[in-house]
Amino acid sequence: MSASYPTPVYSHVGRGDFRDVYEPAEDTFLLMDALEKDAERLRQSCCTDVNPAAAQCTAKTSSSNKVSLQPVITSLVDSLLSRLSGKVDVLVFNPPYVVTPSEEVGSRGIEAAWAGGSRGREVTDRFLPVVAQLLSTKGSFYLITIAENDPEEIITSLCQQGLQGESFLTRRAGNERLSVLRFLKG
Amino acid sequence: MKLLTHNMLTSHVKGVTQGYPLLIKATEVKVNEVEFNPEFVVKMIPKLEWSALVQAAEELGQKQDLPEQLVADYGTDEAFLKKVHRILLEVEVMEGSLKCPESGREFPITRGIPNMLLNEDEV
Repeated sequence: MSASYPTPVYSHVGRGDFRDVYEPAEDTFLLMDALEKDAERLRQSCCTDVNPAAAQCTAKTSSSNKVSLQPVITSLVDSLLSRLSGKVDVLVFNPPYVVTPSEEVGSRGIEAAWAGGSRGREVTDRFLPVVAQLLSTKGSFYLITIAENDPEEIITSLCQQGLQGESFLTRRAGNERLSVLRFLKG
Repeated sequence: MKLLTHNMLTSHVKGVTQGYPLLIKATEVKVNEVEFNPEFVVKMIPKLEWSALVQAAEELGQKQDLPEQLVADYGTDEAFLKKVHRILLEVEVMEGSLKCPESGREFPITRGIPNMLLNEDEV
């Protein structure tokens, strides 16, 4: 964990009303470390989740930690894309990246938090085509991947949309080789 | 749901071309004090659809003296920025619904969170 930002309060996640919400784990903490530089810009931000319980849980986490997150229940950016095109300064996606059978992809429950289908890429690949469209001219995009997702191929593919990408932060967590990819426009 | 969020939401029901702005039907609205950050407000203003914001404020009975048109030199107009701050970040719809202006589809707002999910036959 970072020195300058304490671990957020999240003891409510995964129990009671929020039992169907995936708890913060190594991927979450790696992403938080990667975002430290942009933390101030993220104090007022909008977030989405397809799982209504997860969105309510985010609202609780946000109020418990005195930051202002505005959750919207929607699939990826469905209800935001037309208005947010070209306006997003910091875009963050922690997708379901685990390699699973394709049938497990697309639920609105807790499985939606991890089931990534073939190569763990099925959900990420639905999102990648809109990344360049969403970002503002000085926008940045952070994406969590594991080695099985073929992060180099993601970097190459977004490069074709005019985004410069790199593996920004990497950590081994059990069997997972986690990386945060960072992409900049221009 | 703050009105900043509302300003960014569009109905994406299949076949809808004008799913914006969503009409707000609120049954519970609260106004919470939020620390005023003029830089943030100045940065947000160019991203807003001003008329949609004014309409939303009106629907909630919270328009007060928010001007119909965006003022020209807003960057240095602290009184104006405070009005925008209030309507964007302090007014919050806790319960109610959002209605697509074209299809009439309603999206519920529960405990402050809009649910924009569509059924399979709507996408």
